[in-house]
Amino acid sequence: MTDTSKPGFYEDAGATGTFLDANEMVLNMGPQHPSTHGVLRVILKLDGEKVLGTECIIGYLHRGVEKIAENRTYTMFNPYVDRMDYVASVSNGLGYCLAIEKLLNVEAPPRACYIRVILTELNRIASHQLWLGTHALDIGAMTPLFYTFRDREEILKIFEKYCGARLTTHAFRIGGTQYETYEGFEQDVKKFCKFVAPKMDEYEELLTTNRIWLQRTKGVGLISAEDAIAMGVTGPVLRASGVKWDLRKAQPYSLYEKFDFEVPIGINGDTYDRYLVRVAEMRQSLRIVEQAVDSIPEGPIMAKVPKVIKPPVGEVYVSIEAPKGELGYFVVSDGSTQPYRVRVRPPSFVNLQALDKMVRGALVADVVAVIGTLDIVLGEVDR
Amino acid sequence: MADETTPKDQPTPPQPEKPAETPAAKANAAAPTTEAKPAETPAAKADAATPPKPTAPPAAPAKPAAPAKPAGPTPQPWESEMITTLKRQYGSGIKETSTYVGQKYMVVDPTVVDEILQLLRDDEQFDYLVDCTAVHYPNREQQFDVLWILYSFPRNERIRVKTMIKEGDAVTSATPIWETANWLEREVFDMFGIKFEGHPDLKRILLPDGWKGHPLRKDYGILQQDTEWVKINLGIESGQ
Amino acid sequence: MLDYITSYFRSTVTPGQANNQFWALVYILIVFGGVSMIVMIMNWAERKALAHMQVRLGPMRVGPHGLLQPIADALKLFTKEDIMPAEADKPIFWFAPVWVVVVAFTGFIVVPFGVAHAVTDMNIGLLFMLGVSSLGVLGIVMAGWASNSHFPLMGSLRSSAQMVSYEIAMGLAVVSAVLMTGFLGTGMYGIGEGTASGTLSMIGIVQAQQAQHVWFVFKFFPVGLVAFVIFAIAMVAETNRTPFDLPEAESELVAGFHTEYSGLRWSLFMLGEYAAMVAVSSIAITLWLGGWMRPFASIHGPSIAIPFFWEHPELGIVDLVSYLVPAGVLFLLAFFCFFNALRMPKHPAMRPQVIGLWALGVVMGGIGLVLLVPPVRDRIQDIFWFVAKIAVFLYLYIWYRATFPRYRFDQLMRVGWKVLLPVGLGVLLLTGLIGLSPELVTWIKGVMLWR
Repeated sequence: MTDTSKPGFYEDAGATGTFLDANEMVLNMGPQHPSTHGVLRVILKLDGEKVLGTECIIGYLHRGVEKIAENRTYTMFNPYVDRMDYVASVSNGLGYCLAIEKLLNVEAPPRACYIRVILTELNRIASHQLWLGTHALDIGAMTPLFYTFRDREEILKIFEKYCGARLTTHAFRIGGTQYETYEGFEQDVKKFCKFVAPKMDEYEELLTTNRIWLQRTKGVGLISAEDAIAMGVTGPVLRASGVKWDLRKAQPYSLYEKFDFEVPIGINGDTYDRYLVRVAEMRQSLRIVEQAVDSIPEGPIMAKVPKVIKPPVGEVYVSIEAPKGELGYFVVSDGSTQPYRVRVRPPSFVNLQALDKMVRGALVADVVAVIGTLDIVLGEVDR
Repeated sequence: MADETTPKDQPTPPQPEKPAETPAAKANAAAPTTEAKPAETPAAKADAATPPKPTAPPAAPAKPAAPAKPAGPTPQPWESEMITTLKRQYGSGIKETSTYVGQKYMVVDPTVVDEILQLLRDDEQFDYLVDCTAVHYPNREQQFDVLWILYSFPRNERIRVKTMIKEGDAVTSATPIWETANWLEREVFDMFGIKFEGHPDLKRILLPDGWKGHPLRKDYGILQQDTEWVKINLGIESGQ
Repeated sequence: MLDYITSYFRSTVTPGQANNQFWALVYILIVFGGVSMIVMIMNWAERKALAHMQVRLGPMRVGPHGLLQPIADALKLFTKEDIMPAEADKPIFWFAPVWVVVVAFTGFIVVPFGVAHAVTDMNIGLLFMLGVSSLGVLGIVMAGWASNSHFPLMGSLRSSAQMVSYEIAMGLAVVSAVLMTGFLGTGMYGIGEGTASGTLSMIGIVQAQQAQHVWFVFKFFPVGLVAFVIFAIAMVAETNRTPFDLPEAESELVAGFHTEYSGLRWSLFMLGEYAAMVAVSSIAITLWLGGWMRPFASIHGPSIAIPFFWEHPELGIVDLVSYLVPAGVLFLLAFFCFFNALRMPKHPAMRPQVIGLWALGVVMGGIGLVLLVPPVRDRIQDIFWFVAKIAVFLYLYIWYRATFPRYRFDQLMRVGWKVLLPVGLGVLLLTGLIGLSPELVTWIKGVMLWR
């Protein structure tokens, strides 16, 4: 699809431009590949084993979500949002509902906020568990995958009991939540918290001090704090480079200010630090869930929102701290029941841009590790 | 372009300037602007005949007819040191600075927007470009709204910078200022056809390279595709 | 003719040394069949052990607990379409897997399963085995080249570079073990006066360990142990197994030298890989772990006699217990079969599997009973201990695969050249010095025993 006759990526591939004359080889990690986590095409320019440059070709999973939004009502669009980052669909839903609530100038009642926080943090743990399993698998350790997926099952069971779906949950509604917590919700969540804490120790035991893991991840995929900010990278990738910034603390939403948790940061900005940051984030999420489930207030679960949602004319941008980074919704309303424009600011899309910078000068085997450590979901990159 | 739009999607003239405050204005405006309910038009007409029921408040299907509803949020003016500096420097280049539901934004002239962005990054510490996107208003003279959302870590403040351009105009690329803008502007180009001058590699990002058309424009239908590309590259008659 | 065959029965040397071609042929067939059996069992064991370590069950359907899975896999591979790339170099493409298998099996000529239970005992047996296993690299390079595609070529070049680098470390460790065969003293730290001539013959090395009453892994502890560990790491790299399996890893860019092979040809590569695993494990066992000797072979205990059952006045009660171990192991396996057959679901569709498992248990028990019969019992001791040690090594291979991530190629080469090679050299020097210096031995002994 890339036109090789135009200047751009191939322009310095040797004086005569043929494959044999160049010292460099162009290798294609095609859309179908076991470790690109979806349909991502990466074209690598190699000098032997060293990577000289990369180009990402995305768009294989582009479904036109933003165009669809203009043709659905606000409520009808809510389930579409889950399908973007399908691993952390609860967060997507939370961001969208918060954006529309801001447009309507309503606030979800405290009980709904607590339920939202519990489900969102559980989803963060599930997303990080999936990330850990697949990242370890790419680097060659087969076993953590099975452990994390087994533990993730418990979270998915809770989601299924709550809203009927495991992955694309459509858990929240504009103005609050639709479903009350089911009979035994608090017990299930507490049981899960007790169950998963030693399991997180198990994952760390397998990997954190493993010499081969350290060799494969330390110093790989370095990105400094300035580069990260300039490239707009957010989420655990930014925090691993040393920038202590988490939207849940900087601009709290949905009553996050009531919970006591820490924001782990890394030092070097390499793959190992990103691993440590995400594992620590899992533990902090567990802490939030434990605090929240102990103190869910009584009250309504839905604010007074009209049945047909017609926000006044205006535009808002609301963003949340999704497991992958800053997930933002820019919604323009023209006063009708359908949004005029919904723009989703996807964290994986912006993080993927940094791949080129992180991988230059590294070896081919590191490309796979770095793609894994960025934690991208192609559904979000392409929308 | 061949549109396969349903009657539901007939151009509803977007009215960004339309005030919707007074209940009376709303009740009267509700009738001609019941957008997506063609089947209910007779009912709406009947209702329009009956609204002057001063004692029966919110029975009408047109929702915001309750007289007790307070006025919705309006943009408030936004004053700060930064704004005064900018206004002193650029004067009429800055057309509007307001906040809406607590979110600050400014509308600037396209000729000065690149300098303003540079100034915001260098002097005002807006070191993080959150997003760069566009909106299409086909019925306006300046059809495209291009906006940048900026965030400052030291100040913990997020602002939007908006500019309005005509079809065919180009905007200076923000890539030299923030590297994030690279892919974000490619996506705006891909979806809207807005060219960015000075962009290192402006080509389509989400759609295939040979695609014709810019999908997020309002005159591109929801079911529309570049059937020529589909025929050549996929070998099928049409994607639908 | 019959004399020719029966004259071997009373022999105490290998058929090769007795110049008896008939029995040599029989032994070759037994070894070939045995190694193939081990490969099939290893296929099943790998999938089951890996699965259990990953909190899942592994194959359960094909035969009770998946025991017939290797047969199903073999049938599938035989009936698969044989794809040959159009641009491939056809003769070499055909020849490469054949070469790998032949080379892997050739080394088994000198592997001693007992003092007379090898096909032959060359006096350079160890050198022969190392040389033959080095030839295997050629097969891999041929496979990568003949595929005419740059992914297999890159994979095969990487693989061959890896194998060649680790052979050096292997060689150094092996030489240090050979040096130890030249010592005369007994026990962990004994040197004795003068030296015997060291030997490269595989049987000779085990006999040296017998004479010195110590396994070389414990000789001059920790020197022997370090040499063993170097060899153990290098042998995993030689056979392209995790954590050194980058050349054949699926989640990396290059899928390895056997990308273009499918069906029977691919299964030949797998056969060659598992056979090579068994071969290098045999070298390690012979050199450091006492070959066919049972643990604590020099402890015999008081003499005991049981008429018709135990009539070995020269052996003691400890020997009696150890002679019963093979039968004991088979009875244990039979017990597992019965126990799991009882735990199977009671559904009628499971009847064939339950019956199969009961039958397997009965067969195991029967073999165990056979192994209690004195003539059989006395003859199979060496073979049993050797095979048991091989089983331990193969389980370690599977355990490594489940636990470790993969080394990146440059890190892999770094370990081979910059870590194992210097340590191997150091161990070799130390072993040599020890042979010449009783004072050094006393010093090491003092350090290790805290005196």
